[in-house]
Amino acid sequence: MDIIRFIIDCGKTVVNGSRAYWIWIGTLFFFISMGVFTYANQWRQGLAVTGMSDQVSWGFYVSNFTFLVGVAAAAVMLVIPAYIFRNEDAKRVVLLGEGLAVSASLMCMLFVAVDLGRPDRIWHLSPYPGLFNWPASLLTWDVIVLNGYLALNVLIPSYILYHQYQDKPYNKKLVFSGAVLSMFWAISIHTVTAFLFASNSARPFWASALVAPRFLATAFCAGPSFIIITFLIMNKIRAYKIGHKVIDMLAVIASISMQINLVMLGAELFVEFYAEGQHSASARYLFLGLGGKSGLVPWIWTAQALNITAALLLMIEKTRKNYRILFFACTMAVVGIWIEKGMGFVVPGFIPTPLGEVYEYLPTLMEVKVSLGVVAIGAFVFTMMMKPMREIQVGVLRNPKIARAAEKEKAAKHLEEEQKQVLDRIQQP
Amino acid sequence: MKFTNNQVDPKRRAALKVLGLGAAVGAGSLAASASPIPDVKTGDITLEDAWGEFFQQQYQKMSPTEIEDVLERLERTYEAKYDTKVQVGNAPPLEDVVFGYALNISKCQGYRECVKGCTEENNQSKDPDLEYIRVLELEKGTMNLETADPYYSNDEPVPKPGKFYLPVQCHHCENPPCVKACPVKATWKEPDGIVVVDYNWCIGCRMCANACPYWARKFNWSEPKLPVDRINPDTHYLGNRPRYKGVMEKCTFCIQRTRQGLMPACQEACPTGARVFGNLLDPKSEIRYVLENKNVFRLKEELNTNPKFWYYSD
Repeated sequence: MDIIRFIIDCGKTVVNGSRAYWIWIGTLFFFISMGVFTYANQWRQGLAVTGMSDQVSWGFYVSNFTFLVGVAAAAVMLVIPAYIFRNEDAKRVVLLGEGLAVSASLMCMLFVAVDLGRPDRIWHLSPYPGLFNWPASLLTWDVIVLNGYLALNVLIPSYILYHQYQDKPYNKKLVFSGAVLSMFWAISIHTVTAFLFASNSARPFWASALVAPRFLATAFCAGPSFIIITFLIMNKIRAYKIGHKVIDMLAVIASISMQINLVMLGAELFVEFYAEGQHSASARYLFLGLGGKSGLVPWIWTAQALNITAALLLMIEKTRKNYRILFFACTMAVVGIWIEKGMGFVVPGFIPTPLGEVYEYLPTLMEVKVSLGVVAIGAFVFTMMMKPMREIQVGVLRNPKIARAAEKEKAAKHLEEEQKQVLDRIQQP
Repeated sequence: MKFTNNQVDPKRRAALKVLGLGAAVGAGSLAASASPIPDVKTGDITLEDAWGEFFQQQYQKMSPTEIEDVLERLERTYEAKYDTKVQVGNAPPLEDVVFGYALNISKCQGYRECVKGCTEENNQSKDPDLEYIRVLELEKGTMNLETADPYYSNDEPVPKPGKFYLPVQCHHCENPPCVKACPVKATWKEPDGIVVVDYNWCIGCRMCANACPYWARKFNWSEPKLPVDRINPDTHYLGNRPRYKGVMEKCTFCIQRTRQGLMPACQEACPTGARVFGNLLDPKSEIRYVLENKNVFRLKEELNTNPKFWYYSD
């Protein structure tokens, strides 16, 4: 009964909001419906409406999927200090991070789903009633780890929030073990996604042992940066109060991760270009252009400029602690990494093709529209989770039964007091 | 050129656009209600067949009677779609046979007759053109595929001076990376060594295409258009039966022919005799002779996929 009441009460919070809240929801609905209609078109006509081809068979959708897996994994950078080291500042905002992980993993799944040629057969991609090529196929691993991560990040916060709602202490050991599990799980979702690419020995650009570590480094830079941006915005619009200690901690994590990423980039560039073999063709296409085609060159250099500037701004304490500058540095890091490990990683893997053809890819407007729809769904789900979470955490939302019980107790105490006074007076000499 | 006859006429399409999606369903059922109710049609397929198609199991998981039903249904739906009787067989692999292919690059002149023979046999989409064989034109003196030109013109006479030709198709690897990559087991290696796709089970994720070192897998990015007068009605479930939008397909060594003891279409089409196809387990076969007596090599052998497609020169 209490759980149903809990769900209903949480539901009530999302239908109550200020004017600004409804404008935000309206905007999201606009983008969601645009995405849905565009996707309906894609469903009818096939993936031919995208810019993808036999030459470049994955594009914008998978790029965004790859990037968002990193954002999802980064929630662990709040989970570790909050639940493992019991850092009070991190504890206060860890649910926000987990909420972000939920919406990011959901967006990941949607990006994979919209990339399928036969979405009507998506049920084949399950152990039952479908047929799961596990453990051979890396995509089945991704299905498992993403769903598991989503479940963990839904269950742990719901468990905590429910206990707060009931005004009861939660089982710390249970949450601790959940946190440890989700810590390893976060690493696994990104490693598996990296292996999805690195397992293709036919594609030398991807088949590198450095892909997984680089994915982790970029994830732990872009993820915390993304969380910082969200925190600063939520602070600004007074949706949530977030302490500066957490933001400073995340900024340090983002800073270090970006530096590690740049070191690995340097190592990669050295190996690709010092003794440039035929396997370096994709790197050449990406950074310098190949066969007169250079569609990604301006993008990748923009990304590197953004990454290096962000690294410098995050490295210097003065700029890192100035939140206006920090906001821009984080935006730069997010955009830079989005380009670098999205389109800048997925697309050059296909160029040249295994038969040496250089054929370029450019996303179509329809792909962009569908992607915007997916992101809007993610933002909508995030908002839907944030509303009740905030009200429970600040203590506005509680089980009404508890309030009533407290009132009764108070009334009983009052009565007792009165009685005692009466008794006292009787006993007066 | 007449393409499939399931195209909605422009007027109806315009009307559907105006009515929108929800209303379109209504309009469709109205149009269908001219006939008695049990005959409700979705496009050209009856509701029952659409149901059967949706819940069809993977080919290897089906019992012989289930496969029988599926083949009948496929023949029904193909006939409705193409106005032609299409036979869908499922001949099993022959005993003690593993197929292999060898191609003599000193004989190949780049005529691309194999490509033509293949597309006439295998019911590929003709718009856009989908081809299983790619003939690469290379400068003599190099094997760097990046210098290859697959789009050399048909108007100029071949062979061009200073060039040689390297046709590439599915190499039917003994250790196929595409099979490993498929998340739903929609593609597998048959006992006779042919790597096949179940077009009714493929979800269109393109993992296999990314894994293939020979760029042998081709995807149906839109509804394949197959002109009625160019249909080959002799088909195999795992081979050249007409395909669908959003699924992967590839060379099957003409499974519908080779399992009946015929040569693949590309081998028959080749005017120079550059192609040698046969049973690797038969010590007296021509393919075995080539492998034992010629200097053969395989493309990208370093990847250890162990292809059953060799090249050689005289």
